[in-house]
Amino acid sequence: MSNSIAALFGRSPIRPIQEHMANAQRCVIILGDFLDACIADDWQKAYELQQEICSAENEADDLKSNVRTNLPKSLLLPVARSDLLELLSIQDRLANRAKDIAGLMLGRKMQIPGELSDSLLKYYKLSLKASGQALRAINELDELLEAGFRGREVELVEELIEELDELENKSDVHQIHLRASLYELEPTLPAVNVMFLYKIIDLIGEIADDSQKVGSRLLILIAH
Amino acid sequence: MSEIISEYGMIFLAMACVFGFFMAWGVGANDVANAMGTSVGAGAITIKQAILIAMIFEFAGAYLAGGEVTSTIRSGIIDIEKAGFTDSPELLVYGMLSSLLAAGIWLLVASSRGWPVSTTHSIIGAIVGFAVVGISVDAVVWPQIWRIIASWVVSPMVSGFVAFCIFRSVQKLVLDTDDPFANAKKYVPFYIFLVGFVIAMVTLVKGLRYVGLDLSYNESILIAIGIGLLMSFLGVFMLRSIKELPSRNKASHFASVERVFGVLMIFTACSMAFAHGSNDVANAIGPLAAVNGMVQSGGEFLEQSRLPVWILLLGGGGIVAGLATWGYRVIATIGRNITELTPSRGFAAELAAATTVVLATGTGIPVSTTHCLVGGVLGVGMARGIGALNLGVVGRIFLSWVVTLPVGAVLSILLFFLFKGIFG
Repeated sequence: MSNSIAALFGRSPIRPIQEHMANAQRCVIILGDFLDACIADDWQKAYELQQEICSAENEADDLKSNVRTNLPKSLLLPVARSDLLELLSIQDRLANRAKDIAGLMLGRKMQIPGELSDSLLKYYKLSLKASGQALRAINELDELLEAGFRGREVELVEELIEELDELENKSDVHQIHLRASLYELEPTLPAVNVMFLYKIIDLIGEIADDSQKVGSRLLILIAH
Repeated sequence: MSEIISEYGMIFLAMACVFGFFMAWGVGANDVANAMGTSVGAGAITIKQAILIAMIFEFAGAYLAGGEVTSTIRSGIIDIEKAGFTDSPELLVYGMLSSLLAAGIWLLVASSRGWPVSTTHSIIGAIVGFAVVGISVDAVVWPQIWRIIASWVVSPMVSGFVAFCIFRSVQKLVLDTDDPFANAKKYVPFYIFLVGFVIAMVTLVKGLRYVGLDLSYNESILIAIGIGLLMSFLGVFMLRSIKELPSRNKASHFASVERVFGVLMIFTACSMAFAHGSNDVANAIGPLAAVNGMVQSGGEFLEQSRLPVWILLLGGGGIVAGLATWGYRVIATIGRNITELTPSRGFAAELAAATTVVLATGTGIPVSTTHCLVGGVLGVGMARGIGALNLGVVGRIFLSWVVTLPVGAVLSILLFFLFKGIFG
């Protein structure tokens, strides 16, 4: 039996979007263990971790389609529907990056040159921090709703996103160093490996990039 | 003295009582749940408390403030002179009986199918129906009907606008401040005052003369302020036991704030039940009051006689029966489905709806509490306060109007001729 008051309330997309972002972040976290396993040359463990990333990414996919199907145009939302969907697809890209990196490295059993491994891990940590910061900002969504997307909460989220921008900048700077180091090593490495190392560096950088995009989408979402 | 009325008077009255009880049962089973469900959903009160509040305040609302609406239903819609009721008063009795039964049946059918119909609309449709077809088009006071229909469009909008303003004030004064908890404690008593003042004011100015109490405007203002203050003192007392949750976490911070608003919502729940009683219940028992008036006077139509207490008791009893047999389940369903509605949002919607309904009651216009509440919730949504609202409901409500009015009318016309055939 339905009822006009009960029927008035749609399913809020905010919690699922936060869960989706948490899943994306989980993919990035597991990617760290995966990189460790690669560097340690433990391909069995790397395989297991890659599987874990895949399942987290699948969960994120399910959440994504769930939000999409439950967001008909007839809903009155506190924010623009298109902004929400856009935010969701950027978050989803974040999860996909982690999966791509793990898939590529596992498929080619990629060796990270010893000279690069520390720097690469540091570089990864910057991306991890960026996506963690993006999750923190997304987790403010329910407080933003509570405060009506105005005032202090907005300032707080803006601060979080500024920090996120700084993290992304750092990651960019680090990427230049990492590329330079790889360039120096180029003569000692097989050309194909070098090519794919550049690709991996790119992809890890994209994680920080996408995290930043999550932040800026969130800002657009808040601005009415 | 009409022969038919003196012959069958007691039978008519008994039938009116049964139909009136049936109608009130329908209101209790469905309509009350809408008024109380939001408070339950927001976690401010339990289902048992909701039923208790509904029992007390629906009664109080119908008795203390419902007179104006009851009198509109009794004598405001049909022109007694033009309808020829002075010559054949039994026609009015048949009409009111069929209106009650028609509205009750339609309400039962619609509720079991989950259609969002309103008591108010069913009863107005039924009365207009029997009057137009059974008597004549001129028998209906059309300006009054247009006024009522216009109010069905305007009242949810007014409620929405008020809810928007109230919720924005909550955002400004409480939620978007350095210390929302302290500010919540500071401002909630003021909102409680507002609840008490508005309800008391309308009741004192418009309702009490039907109970036999006539106060001057200034007296009313003073008493209303007194009642508002009394309630806000009670609120301050209740708020004292609410301490801020210890965690430094932002989310739990708002949780503490919502607990403060939970206290406020107990008051708005009462006002909601009061408003509902004053309008929806009053219009459900209006026809019973009309039949009773006719029978008691032996066919004379007496303007604005006092509403007998037993009629209200019957109405109240029907509501309680409806709540006990069916309504509590509806309240539970609603409560489960609207977890999104926190007390700070819910009270704004409820206060706006209650205020709008009580103001309509004061002017004697029967409106739908449910629709005002829907308007109030949408108003909060417009202030960017709610995660997701289904605008499809607005369309469903509109459709239910378009259906309810003719269905109520046709049913009551059929019943009218049936009664006319039976009793002559």
